Amino acid sequence: MKALVPVKRVIDYNVKPRVKADGSGVDLSNVKMSMNPFDEIAVEEAIRLKEAGKVEEIIAVSVGPAKAQETLRTALAMGADSAILVETDEEVEPLAVAKILKAVAAEVEPGLVILGKQAIDDDSNQTGQMLAALMDLPQGTFASKVEVDGDSVSVTREVDGGLETVKLSLPAIVTTDLRLNEPRYASLPNIMKAKKKPLETKTPADYGVDITPRLKTTNVSEPPVRQAGVKVADVDELVAKLKAMGVA
Amino acid sequence: MQVYEAPLRDMRFVLEELWHDDGFGNIPALEEFDSDLMNAVLEQAAKFSQEVLLPLNRSGDEEGCQHENGVVRTPAGFKEAYQQFTQDGWAALSSDPEWGGQGLPERLSKLVEEMTCSTNLSFGMYPGLTHGGVGAIAKHATDDLKNTYLPKMVSGEWSGTMCLTEPHCGTDLGLLRTRAVPAGDGTYKVSGSKIFISAGEHDLTDNIIHLVLARLPDAPEGVKGISLFVVPKFIPRDDGTPGPSNGVSCPAIEHKMGIKASATCQMLFEESTGWLVGEPNKGMAAMFTMMNNARLGVGIQGLGIGEAAYQSAVWYAKDRVQGRSLAGPKYPDQPADPIIVHPDVRRMLMTMRANNEGCRALGAWVARALDAERHADDPEVRQRAEDFVALMTPIVKALFTDLGHENANLAIQIYGGHGYIRESGVEQYARDARIAMLYEGTNGIQALDLVGRKLGAHLGRYLKSFFHPVSEFIEANKGDGPMKPMIDGLEKAFGALQLSTATIAQKGMADPEEAGAAATEYLRLFGLVAMGYCFARSTLLSGMKLAFGAEDKAFYNAKIKTATFYFERILPQVSAHFLAIKAGKKSMMALADDAF
Repeated sequence: MKALVPVKRVIDYNVKPRVKADGSGVDLSNVKMSMNPFDEIAVEEAIRLKEAGKVEEIIAVSVGPAKAQETLRTALAMGADSAILVETDEEVEPLAVAKILKAVAAEVEPGLVILGKQAIDDDSNQTGQMLAALMDLPQGTFASKVEVDGDSVSVTREVDGGLETVKLSLPAIVTTDLRLNEPRYASLPNIMKAKKKPLETKTPADYGVDITPRLKTTNVSEPPVRQAGVKVADVDELVAKLKAMGVA
Repeated sequence: MQVYEAPLRDMRFVLEELWHDDGFGNIPALEEFDSDLMNAVLEQAAKFSQEVLLPLNRSGDEEGCQHENGVVRTPAGFKEAYQQFTQDGWAALSSDPEWGGQGLPERLSKLVEEMTCSTNLSFGMYPGLTHGGVGAIAKHATDDLKNTYLPKMVSGEWSGTMCLTEPHCGTDLGLLRTRAVPAGDGTYKVSGSKIFISAGEHDLTDNIIHLVLARLPDAPEGVKGISLFVVPKFIPRDDGTPGPSNGVSCPAIEHKMGIKASATCQMLFEESTGWLVGEPNKGMAAMFTMMNNARLGVGIQGLGIGEAAYQSAVWYAKDRVQGRSLAGPKYPDQPADPIIVHPDVRRMLMTMRANNEGCRALGAWVARALDAERHADDPEVRQRAEDFVALMTPIVKALFTDLGHENANLAIQIYGGHGYIRESGVEQYARDARIAMLYEGTNGIQALDLVGRKLGAHLGRYLKSFFHPVSEFIEANKGDGPMKPMIDGLEKAFGALQLSTATIAQKGMADPEEAGAAATEYLRLFGLVAMGYCFARSTLLSGMKLAFGAEDKAFYNAKIKTATFYFERILPQVSAHFLAIKAGKKSMMALADDAF
């Protein structure tokens, strides 16, 4: 079966994001960008499934600007077989991404779509779930263990109360959590080979998807700077202060 | 604290922007290495260095290599890191694809090497030595030897060494005594003892392939009687696996000032089977193939440590709050200002920064010449590139390692007393950097190589490969523009270099001691001018990028500021070196030996 792995190009996790002066968004000029770490885990899992003989072909897909090609090349260097870039410079919301992915999946016909549970830029945590709903497929989100067995997949999920294991019939959607695996380093020969692997470029219009945002961003601001604390002399003063602040 | 993030922006600057008109023209053989691919390689190399090699740097230094009953154990984690390094193909970086290498251009692989050296100099020794061995075998050995050894050495499955030094001979290899006796079947029996053999014995690979200099029974005296042999630790079987033991042993390892995780071995060869590499008695020439490449590599070590020391110092200078700025508090909400506000701390940080950027830019130019030497279509270009590499090799080796050590010392100075404490991590840089000024020919030997061999070679032809582009650049950019102060400064310094060159050529001809007395100062003067040229180019290019509205304003602005610092505060050292050269040997040689 084929595995479709959606990956997103996001601000690198080591970078301290800065808000643009006009409050319209995060300043991304000359900022290091990388593959969303959760998606990296998804790529790794797909490769492991391929190495285990459960998956025959891995197709990476990204929705974003031309630069997202670099992210797809990273997936190819790790071990994906081919890639599709759905190119747009517009901001795409999870619903639009899910619609595009649905259209891509209709062509690719994957047995498994495996993607990060969320992207570290907007932390939406929606795309996988929306995709499952749109495609009417079972979903196993927040996976910490994935086992493919014949025409089903067991997904161990990290939930608030502990671990929950669900068995899904294939095809299915799996979203990955942090502890699923540790992504490999791309080897030098594979980086070189990645250049020669097929990378197809499409547009949202090719799939007939309207990506017009449903939400409007009114303002983006940095979290307030933490104020210095004060020392209190005794418990009474503490209680008085808490009361004055309206928290007790 | 040892802090390191690969300076990818500056690396891309020297790789893709600064030298686009390097005078060597387009090299069609390298076209497949486009910008995207080179970036992907740099980013993965950065990730590997930062995440795998850096965490083993201090632990490796603390633990060191252990020698027990002839067996050498590398520090914890080294074996796993080495396996991953070779599995991921980093050992085969620039080697010939014919033998399983990745054939990456030198301009790219030298930057990857820099990252390895910044994060773990000791670790880098093991693949570095192997790479040297691969070079000598590939160039001089028979096809049989190539087939036996190259695939496994290129991949890093087997490692290599260079066995030159003996207890009584280091710089003067003419004195060496290890002997090789024909065994009658085309092989030789090699016997003798060697010292200071890096990676001579260790637990990272299944076999170790020694390249050994030895004398044949009828060999002439001195360096003209030395031959090169390949002597494996285990003789390979026909199926390529390591076979019987070959009489190679390691009686002891050295206890050193730095690079403690690199095993520096005494080696004993007892009737070990060896195969001749190249012609009998022509071992020195074959060895120099390794040596020249290794000297450039050692220069990169200096730069690597210099960069790591700089970053660790910047981290501390921002973190450590102490006292107030002389101009009044700059961070009034803190109990004191971070020490980065102080001019003297700035002096040190800017010096380190300028040293690194200057060396990186110069190194990138030399690396491009290496590529042109190998791959350019036009034989004239190949010759000019070869001349340039020959000229610059001793300069890269000595200048970069001197400055790398200077940076490590400055880092300690910025840390104050804390820098003297092991935990701070920066004293390790000073200890590790120190060796680079010594091995592969001390920096004094490099200076002699420059004045003795390189200046006069082919009636000064080598010099043209540097002098011409610099004087053309000065002529082309003269005038009353914003570049005026820099071009004037460069012209003055370049004039001092030309005068010094003439002085040494003239005096040295009549009295070789005069050349020897001027050598070290001359090499530094040459290096300062070369870095000045790089900075002037960087400034011109950055100015244009800014004028044309480049996105990355902060980078180009900082580049110009660093270059300005270099021109105002470092390049003037040229005058002092010039005066010293002019003074000649007299005061240096005046005192009788007995008076010391």
